[in-house]
Amino acid sequence: MATMTSAPEASPTPRADVRPPARTRRGRKLRDNLTGYAFLLGAIFCFALFQWFPMIRGIVMSFQHTRRGVTTWVGFDNFVRIVRDPSFGTAWKNTFYFTVLALILGYAVPFVVAILLNEFRHFKGYLRILVYLPVMLPPASALFLFKYYAYDPSDAGLFNAVLKFLHLPTSEWMQSPTMTMPAMVIASTWMNMGAAVLIYLAALQNIPGELYEAAELDGAGLLRRIWNVTIPQTRLILALLAMLQIVATMQVFIEPLILANGAGTQDSATSVAYLIYQHGFFQNDLNGAAALGVIMLLVLAAFSAVYVRLTTRQD
Amino acid sequence: MTRTLISQAQIRRGRGRYVYWTLLLLTVLAFTLVFIGPLYWMVTGALKSGQEIAQTPPSLFPKHPETRNYADAWSNLNLAKLMFNTFYYAAGAVFFQLVFDTAAAYALSKLRPVLGHVVLALMLATLMIPAMVVIVPQYVTAIDLPFVHLSLLDSPWAIWLPLVANAFNIFLLKRFFDSIPEDLIAAAMVDGASPLRTLWSIILPMSRPILGVVSIFAVTYVWKDFLWPKLVMPSPETRTLSVGIYAFSGGTPMNVVVAASVIAAIPTVVIFLIFQRNIMSGLTAGSVKG
Repeated sequence: MATMTSAPEASPTPRADVRPPARTRRGRKLRDNLTGYAFLLGAIFCFALFQWFPMIRGIVMSFQHTRRGVTTWVGFDNFVRIVRDPSFGTAWKNTFYFTVLALILGYAVPFVVAILLNEFRHFKGYLRILVYLPVMLPPASALFLFKYYAYDPSDAGLFNAVLKFLHLPTSEWMQSPTMTMPAMVIASTWMNMGAAVLIYLAALQNIPGELYEAAELDGAGLLRRIWNVTIPQTRLILALLAMLQIVATMQVFIEPLILANGAGTQDSATSVAYLIYQHGFFQNDLNGAAALGVIMLLVLAAFSAVYVRLTTRQD
Repeated sequence: MTRTLISQAQIRRGRGRYVYWTLLLLTVLAFTLVFIGPLYWMVTGALKSGQEIAQTPPSLFPKHPETRNYADAWSNLNLAKLMFNTFYYAAGAVFFQLVFDTAAAYALSKLRPVLGHVVLALMLATLMIPAMVVIVPQYVTAIDLPFVHLSLLDSPWAIWLPLVANAFNIFLLKRFFDSIPEDLIAAAMVDGASPLRTLWSIILPMSRPILGVVSIFAVTYVWKDFLWPKLVMPSPETRTLSVGIYAFSGGTPMNVVVAASVIAAIPTVVIFLIFQRNIMSGLTAGSVKG
């Protein structure tokens, strides 16, 4: 080393294989970070504008009032007005009722269907395509089919014709306040269950066959194998989908809007989401609608917190 | 084939075989009735005259099939224009999602700038926000953009920009990019490729399947979406198919509305039949293994 001439040391730029001095290393790191954020810029911009900012703004709006371009803070006035809306109680009652009915029908059915489909060795692709087909239809299209053809209250309607053929009592469907909710849940389940079935099917395929083998050797019957192998093995996905479904059905909107023209017979279809829509876009009460949105967020957050706590405590 | 609830041997022999085939055929029959039946009713019902659709009991096959309802729907509801609008929004959504979400996922997966994990967490957190909760402030933002005070009403940007903010896409893409070996990227860097060049020539060609899934989801999402386009596309000239049909449904004979609904559903059904494998695998990719 000592014999080296001074020429390379005098070289102003470091060679590639020599560790660069600290200053350029820091410069390089800065440049790498800037490049990284340059790639992120478009997405961050859109997230900020249409997700992060509106989330905060919704909360801020719910405590404000805007009249003729002048915004003032009004405390809890919007919340009081919304809670006093005569439809407020009905909307929550309907929404909970829809959620519970959808859970009974729309939650158990896809799981049973998935267990059944997983056993078949023939027509696998065909059955899968059938279940998922309604998911691909635009909801507005599917709901007009239900509204005009299936739920036709006369005997010319599809459902009434089938009921009559089976010598069962026919129904007025959407014109009967008691049938409105079940009818909406049937339509909603028909439209949406395909996704849940496919997710369950994927989960069922991940269950190691040896578990069933062992259970059978131990003398476990069919139901016992479902109860002691299938359900524990798919527990996580079952718990997750239950929560996702409840959060989704609590926001039910297009079913009442199209099937029941919004409120339905004797207010039997009004949902919380529909009330948000009414306040925000028909009664020119965007602040009240934002307040109702905040209430909905609190209810869903409280529910999710309790749910997560309950499902994880079982471990 | 791995073993499932019931063993193969049991299904192949004696009584098990009969039970299996009976159950299978019953299921195939029931599923066909439940899932194709209503669609058959929809397509053929719209072929019936107003008189025939109201008769009891309803006819299984249209007696005098006429395409008048479909023709009326096409011309009275201006379906060609509505379909073009929807297609235009869907194409733009695919383009902007592919450009911005791919770039973002690449940055989060491979470039990993400082605080990248915080950005990712903030993006994924939006999956927890129920859509109805933020619809009002989103609308208020779209009609009066902060600082610039522009309104996006009736502009395709009102559909394109919010769709870029799709945490599920970022998650899917990032997870796919994570599985691409680091050595490959390092090799490209040594050869002097810029990050953009690496993305374009190495990552993207390897990611065709996931890019396909993202594109198909974008198209079907735009085609199915209802409330947001209803709010931000108020003019008849800018409406989407679903919103346009809904807007006309009040004063239009029901057979014509259903005919229009059939036409509106054709593109997504065709997309599904062509890409069913990608769609179904994409759906489960994000949920089970994640």
